[in-house]
Amino acid sequence: MLTTTDLKRTPQIIEATYESPTAERLEKIWKSEPGLRGWLSTVDHKAIGKRYLITAFAFLVIGGLEALIMRLQLARPEQHLLTPDQYNHLFTMHGLTMIFLYALPILSGFSNFLWPLLLGSRDMAFPRLNAFSYWVYLFSGIFLYLALLHDRTPDAGWFNYVPYTLRSYDPGQGMDIYALGMVLLGISTTVGSSNFVVKLLRMKAPGLSINRVPIIIWGTLTASVGNLFAVPAVSLAFFLLWTDRNFQTHFFDPAHGGHPLLWQHLFWMFGHPWVYAIVLPAMGIVSDGLPIFCRRPLVGYTMVALSTVLTMFIGFGVWVHHMFATGLPPQSLSFFSAASMVIVLPSAVAVFAWIATIFTGRPVYKTPFYFFAGFVFLFTLGGVSGFMTAAVPVDWQLTDTYFVVAHLHYVLLGINFFPVIAGIYMWFPKFTGRMMSERLGKWNFWTMFIGFNLAFFPMHWLGLAGMPRRIYTYPPGMGWDWSNMAASIGSFLFAFGILLFLINVALSLRRGEIAGPNPWDGSSLEWSTPSPPPSFNFVVIPTIATRHPLWEDRLQEGEGGSRLGQGMLLDNGRETISTNALNGEPEAILKMPGDSITPLLATVTLTAMFVGMLYHWWWLVLASVLASVAVCVAWLWPTAALGQTAGEHHG
Amino acid sequence: MAEVVGMPAALPVGSVRHKASGWWGMWTVIATEASLFAYLLFSYAYLAVQSHGGWVTEMPKFRIAAPNTVLLIASSLVLYWAETGIRNGRRGRLLFGLALTFAMGAMFAGLQGLEWHNKKFGPSDDAYASTYFITTGFHMAHVVGGLVVIAALFLWGALGKFSAQRHSAVTIGALYWHFVDVVWLAVFVTFYITPYLQAHHG
Repeated sequence: MLTTTDLKRTPQIIEATYESPTAERLEKIWKSEPGLRGWLSTVDHKAIGKRYLITAFAFLVIGGLEALIMRLQLARPEQHLLTPDQYNHLFTMHGLTMIFLYALPILSGFSNFLWPLLLGSRDMAFPRLNAFSYWVYLFSGIFLYLALLHDRTPDAGWFNYVPYTLRSYDPGQGMDIYALGMVLLGISTTVGSSNFVVKLLRMKAPGLSINRVPIIIWGTLTASVGNLFAVPAVSLAFFLLWTDRNFQTHFFDPAHGGHPLLWQHLFWMFGHPWVYAIVLPAMGIVSDGLPIFCRRPLVGYTMVALSTVLTMFIGFGVWVHHMFATGLPPQSLSFFSAASMVIVLPSAVAVFAWIATIFTGRPVYKTPFYFFAGFVFLFTLGGVSGFMTAAVPVDWQLTDTYFVVAHLHYVLLGINFFPVIAGIYMWFPKFTGRMMSERLGKWNFWTMFIGFNLAFFPMHWLGLAGMPRRIYTYPPGMGWDWSNMAASIGSFLFAFGILLFLINVALSLRRGEIAGPNPWDGSSLEWSTPSPPPSFNFVVIPTIATRHPLWEDRLQEGEGGSRLGQGMLLDNGRETISTNALNGEPEAILKMPGDSITPLLATVTLTAMFVGMLYHWWWLVLASVLASVAVCVAWLWPTAALGQTAGEHHG
Repeated sequence: MAEVVGMPAALPVGSVRHKASGWWGMWTVIATEASLFAYLLFSYAYLAVQSHGGWVTEMPKFRIAAPNTVLLIASSLVLYWAETGIRNGRRGRLLFGLALTFAMGAMFAGLQGLEWHNKKFGPSDDAYASTYFITTGFHMAHVVGGLVVIAALFLWGALGKFSAQRHSAVTIGALYWHFVDVVWLAVFVTFYITPYLQAHHG
């Protein structure tokens, strides 16, 4: 029987530490069951975040091995290690693996682990949906790689232009797997984005107003909002491709009123915002991490936060710069060329903010700092080559050459991968409780940095010298031989750097120095928790008064401070606080769901539906739709424990 | 910039209407689903513009579509009436309203099926036919999803899960149904009205 006191409550304010009996009680409420069942049903954002990181890194290794095989093939002219057909499959799988299965999921890993800790909260907005988004990501990755069991994997490049990809030119199931796998992955991305958006709007610690949240929050929020609007375009494009291939619709078929360029529009309307979705959270890692190693707050917080949002906003208006060579009218080219150049401005704001932070700070030369500084260098180079190709005549000369390959690797590896490695060095103690080796870290940085530039810088030259991308070999005497050899050597050196990183992770997991809560003397809330944080994150919900709750004593940003050891207890089952979006005023006590197997079950039924669609097993589609409905009804069943039911009918 | 928020007095506990995370979550669903329909209608407009005349193979008829549109919008009003019922603790009104919304929605789906049946073309005849069937098909899938939601709400309502104090599932489910109805107006205007705005082609 619920009473009115359960509908409304004044949170108890206490003082407690992580060693108190209160902490023990919270641990009992929040911890996941041990064993396989607990492992499959956990909704702990920290476990899910780590799973994202590990899975995405596994896909990175797979995609990297694919790249190495291609670099072996291209090291010298006239090589026949691979057939043209095998080469097509490799560059396509390499691209889709890196762009879709590595680049965003790795950032979702960081964000899932960090968001509730950075925001002084106990879990994500929708913990079960969070588990669901991870499982769907994993299953869609496996689904895409199941193409290996068929006669063909996708082979038309990651952006998969029609008409090559229509059934008459590309028979077999590889392309259908790509189409359906992308729709499935889109579901994972969308529910993940929804979770971040609602989390930010609803569940920050009291006093954590929007102008006090770390930049990685701004980055992930911007990426998530962007994804909500952009992902439907690519899901639709792939769905229409699937119906064109399987049901003879005519969206992309000019003989019956369709248009091949419709594919390019839909794909790049998604594709360009996606580029920002996979770099803005990584830029957030730098904006939050670099200041720790420069011993000062970020220069220009407000400008960096606003430029993050502005980048995505303009990012929705530049998609045609991928289509400059398709014969569109000049007015259209001018507009999109101008928009693509304007986007340099917010990026430059961030670059100058980082440089100013280093310049006016007192840098501590630890491994993460090396990667952050390396990132600024690579970002600048990638930005300049991007600015060059934003000019229409330059693009006409360089499109589909290695110059574009060089540019996109500078931006994607430079802006995504280097910050990711820096982020792992920096937060490894928070993930595991142990430090990574500094000695190995420096070796790791220099091999990666030199290897990267040796691999990709010569590609600028190759593009200017006219070498097209996506050719499986080339004749000698074109002036491309030495650059290709250098690129291949560089790529192996780069891969060796990544191997050193993995060795460092493996050794440090067992033998790393014990870290303590705040080994780098960081300023944000995650460093106020033990390493690794307990299941409930915070014994009491902290109250925040500044941007740097752990640096208040030395920054003296004003009267009154954040309160970390004293605050709301909230221990009547799994609970956390809900605050309003802008100011962080407390609004409600939220009841959070416990561990549940339903997210995994829902993933299984959803994936079964896609398998049915792939093989045209309509009975399986129908059965899995019905099963999905049943699982959803069970999932959403209103319960008193979650505060969804109350009142006279429970008397 | 330090400024400390005060500690609150009594706060509501659990999922309360617009303070429920699910209500905000539903808005994100609507944002992304509305984008999906925007891209569908963009595809229609893009292919229509690129076709240089002769795009619409058979001018749309209003005999079923117009009353059906009115029916769907009316179902939203009924659902709103049902939801305000439970806000005042009137469970009977909630259940009756949900049942009526379900019936109206199901009737819309049935009539739309008849409309499909009456078309002289099929989805694989040409690009216009493909956009028509895929777009209205997407909408139909959303209607069916909405009917499942309403059926679940009816079940939970009949089991006494909702009261004046706690009924956020109804608020959230109704929000989705309103979206499905509003987005139909965009589909209707695009497919049924715009062909007549270029009368010289018709």
